[in-house]
Amino acid sequence: MSNEGKIIKVAGPLVVAKSIPNARMADVVKVGEKGIIGEIIELNGELASIQVYEETAGIGVGDPVISTGRPLSVELAPGLLKSIYDGIQRPLDLILKASGDFIGRGISVNALDREKKWEFTPTAKVGDNVVAGDILGTVQETSLIEHRIMVPPGVEGKVAAINKGSFNITETIAKVSDQDICMLQYWPVRKPRPFATKLPATEPLVTGQRIIDTLFTIAKGGTACIPGPFGSGKTVVQHQLAKWANADIVIFIGCGERGNEMTDVLLEFPELKDPKTGKPLMERTVLIANTSNMPIAAREASVYTGAAIAEYYRDMGYSITLSADSTSRWAEALREMSGRLEEMPGEEGYPAYLGSRLADFYERAGYGICLGSQERKGSFTIVGSVSPPGGDMSEPVVQNTLRIVKVFWGLDYALAHKRHFPAINWLLSYSLYLNNLEDYFKTEVADDWSKVRTEAMRLLSEEGELDEIVRLVGLDALSAREQLILFVTKSIREDFLYQSAFDPVDQYSSLQKQYSLLKLITGLYREALTAIEAGVELGQIKGLKVLPQIARARLIPEDKAQAEIAAIETAMKQEISNLKGGHSL
Amino acid sequence: MGNNKGDKTTMIKEYQTVTDIAGPLIIAEKIEGAKFDEVVEIELPNGIIRTGKILEVENDKIMVQVFEGTDSLAIKSTKLRLKGRGLEAFVAPDMLGRVFSGLGKPIDGAPQILPRKKIDINGAPINPAARNYPDDFIQTGISSIDGLNTLSRGQKLPIFSGSGLPHSRIAAQIARQARVMSDDDKFAVVFGAMGITFEEAEFFMANFRKTGAIENAVLYLNLANDPAIERIATPRVALTAAEYLAFELGMHVLVILTDMTNYCESLREVSAARKEVPGRRGYPGYLYTDLATLYERAGRIKDKKGSITMIPILTMPDDDKTHPIPDLTGYITEGQIILDRGLDRKNIYPPIDPLPSLSRLRDKAIGEGKTREDHPAIANQLFAAYAQGREVRELMVVLGEGALSDIDRLYLKFADSFEQRYLNQGEEENRTIEQTLDLGWELLSVLPREELKRIKDDLYNKYAKK
Repeated sequence: MSNEGKIIKVAGPLVVAKSIPNARMADVVKVGEKGIIGEIIELNGELASIQVYEETAGIGVGDPVISTGRPLSVELAPGLLKSIYDGIQRPLDLILKASGDFIGRGISVNALDREKKWEFTPTAKVGDNVVAGDILGTVQETSLIEHRIMVPPGVEGKVAAINKGSFNITETIAKVSDQDICMLQYWPVRKPRPFATKLPATEPLVTGQRIIDTLFTIAKGGTACIPGPFGSGKTVVQHQLAKWANADIVIFIGCGERGNEMTDVLLEFPELKDPKTGKPLMERTVLIANTSNMPIAAREASVYTGAAIAEYYRDMGYSITLSADSTSRWAEALREMSGRLEEMPGEEGYPAYLGSRLADFYERAGYGICLGSQERKGSFTIVGSVSPPGGDMSEPVVQNTLRIVKVFWGLDYALAHKRHFPAINWLLSYSLYLNNLEDYFKTEVADDWSKVRTEAMRLLSEEGELDEIVRLVGLDALSAREQLILFVTKSIREDFLYQSAFDPVDQYSSLQKQYSLLKLITGLYREALTAIEAGVELGQIKGLKVLPQIARARLIPEDKAQAEIAAIETAMKQEISNLKGGHSL
Repeated sequence: MGNNKGDKTTMIKEYQTVTDIAGPLIIAEKIEGAKFDEVVEIELPNGIIRTGKILEVENDKIMVQVFEGTDSLAIKSTKLRLKGRGLEAFVAPDMLGRVFSGLGKPIDGAPQILPRKKIDINGAPINPAARNYPDDFIQTGISSIDGLNTLSRGQKLPIFSGSGLPHSRIAAQIARQARVMSDDDKFAVVFGAMGITFEEAEFFMANFRKTGAIENAVLYLNLANDPAIERIATPRVALTAAEYLAFELGMHVLVILTDMTNYCESLREVSAARKEVPGRRGYPGYLYTDLATLYERAGRIKDKKGSITMIPILTMPDDDKTHPIPDLTGYITEGQIILDRGLDRKNIYPPIDPLPSLSRLRDKAIGEGKTREDHPAIANQLFAAYAQGREVRELMVVLGEGALSDIDRLYLKFADSFEQRYLNQGEEENRTIEQTLDLGWELLSVLPREELKRIKDDLYNKYAKK
């Protein structure tokens, strides 16, 4: 046949083919008799190097390669939500139907259902002038999310026709100038979808995780990374974010991670209820599962597939959170392909372009005004976990990531060791969004939010220094005030920062509750300090009857939290003031 | 050169076109129709046949990895035959009770099994949507595993050991004692040995024989004096057998793979011979992916009765957990059981250090309806208290006993009795989960109530030993 090339080399996931007609960089090709999917990643004269998204066993020299003439793209239309895809947007349930419990090869399935009818309600009228990004109408995709059908890129003009009714995604719903518009659109995964205007972030992504929201806040449209050695709880943090963050839509990418963990997500998300609406979380979720034993090239593609879907919903005006677990596995896929291409390696065998690829990916996050004439705002937040070998933070993936992201949640093995979760080290971690978000907290939570936060941080960092002294010369060498700091920071650690992901109450704290809790504990410090200055013994403070109540305040259900914590605070003040009174008598 | 001649009975062609032999690899040319990952039969002039696998094809050249090694191969006289398929394992119900080589050939003197099926040893990834979550508690009878780092059916939980530590005894004890709470199911053990000594293999076999477990075991042995490259196939052959037993015959299979460190070294040998760009410590950059294709074969599948639970054993070079092999393993497996030399020196068996050990699936496999309602709380409290006790012990080393507060002394006392009574137990001692949980409450009773922050009042009032 004339439209096909021939394979001349196979080495693992890399295939080299000769004389593919019209071969272009980044085009998708079908490899071998089974037509398994690959992507052209290098052209050299007649030769095309192809990374193959499926296992290449059984493929040999002389087998055909056919170019599809299209770059690797995602299908975008109603039906994305609730889906579970592999790295190149093939629905896992359809693969299951086609090949059974184990994933076979060369399975070709549509990413989106072509038969299913969606109820389309136009919002644009005949005669309206529309540009790319403008909303033509809506489809209730799930009970939680209204899917907004936008004018595809490159199309503009007068709406010539638009129809209400039931359509599948390939049927024409409208005519703009002389173009037929259907719901289904394609977008190349590696190309970012543009904003009209990118804006600085001003609103926090509320996650319900106390150490994150209060100490190391991430903004909607921001970027964060969670590096940590294995067993330090990266995945649990990622799951908590996916479950509780106040984003409209969550995209969760299991990139080269454990199969059972993905199963956990797959089984648990449909059961979980959205905290705001009580509807199943799956109704606002897209899962991408490319586990560690699935082909590595598809792992490389999975983060882009996720990003393209996220940007599409962002363009509708939603806030999206994308969790990528783990970007190290993605980087390893990059390294393996680079090695097979015999490129000159950079640090630790990673390709020299690792940094720029990471930057390209994280830079797709952002908050801003979406394309179109309707001035919608959308945000796209990326949280990537990093799995540094041996927990070594100086390795290339961590270092290149830290140069880009604005929030760093450094997981600490020693904390995980003590079963302190989330094991985010408060002395190492940082957030660069705090200034941007100060106004928000002031108006939405409390005037003295940042004061309370700063005080807690100050105590924690003093604790770090005092711990060193204690280790050298013992607790007795400390002054009463310093011993009080250690006593109070223990409470901050155990009664505020420690948060169980499995306790039904503790797993989510509202901002208001977080604030009340921390104010209670820092208040204890201030009250106790004045008492000690007035001559009260530290031992008496340690014997306060209110302490067990403070310790269990985090377990008070949301609806009662405000009142009960206030009552504990009053009781605490009263008890300390009684001590002082007793002393001055 | 190139005198290809057709095989008489089949269409398999024979080549005598080897051009290079280096380490475990041979390169041959003028080959037609070679496929990636295809099996190659290698015939020596004396008629001995070895098995190889194609690692790379380019034009008419192939690179072949020889499982039995390339000793006494010659360029001119070596004959190659391409088999047109991948490496396959023979499986059948009557492989139970049998002993095979690392490539699946019988070595127990009995004839080759009559294969019910021939299955490609690489397997295929389980579709994540087909998996069932491992949340059935397995009682191993060992307190530090059952109580603190619980094993579930379908989990992969490695033992990180060091040279000279009793990992084999622990693995054998688990294989002997492992039970599921409501157990009337068929149980099997698949044992894959890679480069371990004859004594170690014999220890397992004797153990299996003594308890009768051998009848329900399949053993694949590649011992220290067997060809090193064969080890790359051994775990795959063993897992293929396990998949057959679990997902076709509906058995609950425990797979023990030992020692993964030897496996990784063979992989490194091949990688070095291919002159690949090395990753950390000379191990290939794809070590993570390669290990994942083994470990991820553990699991449960919806609507299938059987399961594969995997306990890979590896010895950490120099007890270093950050070495690439334990490190990458820890990133793939659902936790790890870490053996500690300090505990071993104190004569504590099993010397499992619960603090760095972890079972990621624990929280879904314990508690009400699984073990007992107090299990999660007591486990967390034991961890926290033991960690605190260890910290106090370190403090005491620096500052002397005089510097300890009263509460510090209680923690110290707790840590000592925890090690002596909770961690420490007999090799034949099989504790029920109730015994383990009650023991935890008993040990915690030395600490005052205020210190037990991880335990809620209702549980405390119901279970605490006052």
